[in-house]
Amino acid sequence: MSVGGSSLAGIQPNASLVGDDITGRLKRATDESKLVKGLLIGTSLGFLTLVLFVPLVAIFAEALRKGIGVFLASFTNHAALSAIWLTVLTSAICVPLNVVFGLASAWAITKFQFRGKSALITLIDLPFAVSPVISGLIFVLLFGMQGLLGPWLRGHDIQIIFAAPGIVLATLFVTFPFVARELIPLMQEQGTDEELAAVSLGASGWQTFWRVTLPNVKWALLYGVILCNARAMGEFGAVSVVSGHIRGQTNTLPLHVEILYNEYNFAAAFAVASLLALLAILTLAAKTVVEWRVRREYAQALEPTGAEE
Amino acid sequence: MSIELQHISKTYGTYQALRDVSLSIKDGELVALLGPSGSGKTTLLRIIAGLDSPEQDSRSRIRFHEEDVAHRPAAQRRVGFVFQHYALFRHMSVFENVAFGMRVMPRKLRPAKAAIDSRVHELLQLVQLDGLGKRFPSQLSGGQRQRAALARALAVEPRVLLLDEPFGALDAKVRQDLRAWLRRLHDEIHVTSILVTHDQEEALEVADRVVVMNHGQIEQIGTPEEVFHKPMTRFVMEFLGQVNMFRGRVQAGKAMLGEVALDGHYFPGKEQGAAMVYMRPHELDIKLYKNGAPSFPAKVTRINPAGSIAKITTQTTDGQNVLVDLSLEDYQRLSLSEGTHVYIYPKSSRVFLPEYEI
Repeated sequence: MSVGGSSLAGIQPNASLVGDDITGRLKRATDESKLVKGLLIGTSLGFLTLVLFVPLVAIFAEALRKGIGVFLASFTNHAALSAIWLTVLTSAICVPLNVVFGLASAWAITKFQFRGKSALITLIDLPFAVSPVISGLIFVLLFGMQGLLGPWLRGHDIQIIFAAPGIVLATLFVTFPFVARELIPLMQEQGTDEELAAVSLGASGWQTFWRVTLPNVKWALLYGVILCNARAMGEFGAVSVVSGHIRGQTNTLPLHVEILYNEYNFAAAFAVASLLALLAILTLAAKTVVEWRVRREYAQALEPTGAEE
Repeated sequence: MSIELQHISKTYGTYQALRDVSLSIKDGELVALLGPSGSGKTTLLRIIAGLDSPEQDSRSRIRFHEEDVAHRPAAQRRVGFVFQHYALFRHMSVFENVAFGMRVMPRKLRPAKAAIDSRVHELLQLVQLDGLGKRFPSQLSGGQRQRAALARALAVEPRVLLLDEPFGALDAKVRQDLRAWLRRLHDEIHVTSILVTHDQEEALEVADRVVVMNHGQIEQIGTPEEVFHKPMTRFVMEFLGQVNMFRGRVQAGKAMLGEVALDGHYFPGKEQGAAMVYMRPHELDIKLYKNGAPSFPAKVTRINPAGSIAKITTQTTDGQNVLVDLSLEDYQRLSLSEGTHVYIYPKSSRVFLPEYEI
């Protein structure tokens, strides 16, 4: 009976009747899968609790186990301060550079036609495809003592590997897809019409960029910056290879955590780790807000003419 | 500002979008570039605007009022361009959109802030958007966006106004209104304008002159009346309005359709050959009986009397569909219905010989 009823309603030209019928059917579909739904939600919640929530709580619990004094003391010694400073410095160099690189490459890829475009898109993804350890190793092979440029660098008294420049280079390599990857799809969606309009109205290239292109992608750019920053501060593998682990000199926060842990200094290790976890939580919060704005930009890009008053 | 184009060609990869096009447009004219998609009309418009460049050719010229602008970038041509999908700046209010062209002027030429404000208000009034300056493009209806885009293009006091399918994305009623409005606006401000469209009705209604394009070439240039009533090629005949096409022939210099000799079409010196005979639906008449004048029998297959005329579809004995427009009075007098056997009388026709197109 219900099948006959719904197909009858389906051929009615009355839109509201059809609409009612569809929602009716959807409700029935969800009713049937209540058990499945419960199971699915239960499984994912259980899994998340086990692998994400419990460890996160554990980090803060372990960090504070010996009291707030020990917790704070973990940050005030020279080694910790130096690790924090190097981490901040690295990300302060890498993020702006990647913003420039990301904008330039996204602009080139989405607004121009040229040979080798798909090759460039693939190259941008390379750091995602390669293991971070290999990313680090590349720089050792290039700039290390036995590396290609090693003798020349030594001759000019320039140290890259086992020093801050190496850490910055490795981080730069690992983080460079983040900004470009966020911008390319949005800029592709938006097309070049607005830029052409700006040019036809007499705007120069710079004016077009600052007044039209950049404001149109600002939220996607910010999103890319947040992800890029999180990775720049948290990168372990690539940095570990090029750093040399010189305490107070070439240790970043993640490397510092590892050293403390290996020395059985658990309270301090967890204290420093909690700092990184806090950064992750802040990143997620910022990301959620920005993500919402980006989705809105996308929606507007997709329907440039559709909306009514 | 007059526009002079000479020997413009453009190829994209292996696709030739424009083949040696030359065109001149008089000061203050409103010209429509009309053609199917892929006919090169938008490419031509973009080349005039400087958004695209023509192929290297020593003979090619783009002149605005005798001044060669071929090597000037788009930003320096002072052309107002209205894009098909408006291309309004989505993050700016309507007011800022219209002000953009003035705000990006070099400091020396840029009007004072107060002058920009009053100019924007003036333009918004002109396009009937006063009061909506604070809205964002996403908060406007299609017709309002269209007018905002027009105001923005006019803000830089363009020497030439170029409109790419300006009404393409609007629904029929809004289209009709905006079309009439654009014509009135043009009569008011007299800026030389070129409009690209694939809608023949739009072109014929709005433009002073129509440039019919096909396959990257100009088929015919003329007033709407000329291109509609005196089409020079088969393409123009077929593209503008509905038309019935018959395969006729030439016999001893006379155009023949079946056994009927068509009046007024003589091809001296042409003994034998094929001929294409075109008749528009309003150039045919329907009678229930033969009256001695040339006619051919047919059967009514469909009647659409909804409109200012009755559109009758008939089928000849050899199965060809023939469209006939009748006045509502004639239609009622004949009391036609589907299946009625009738005789079709050509009132006038046009004949093209496949080998030589006139």
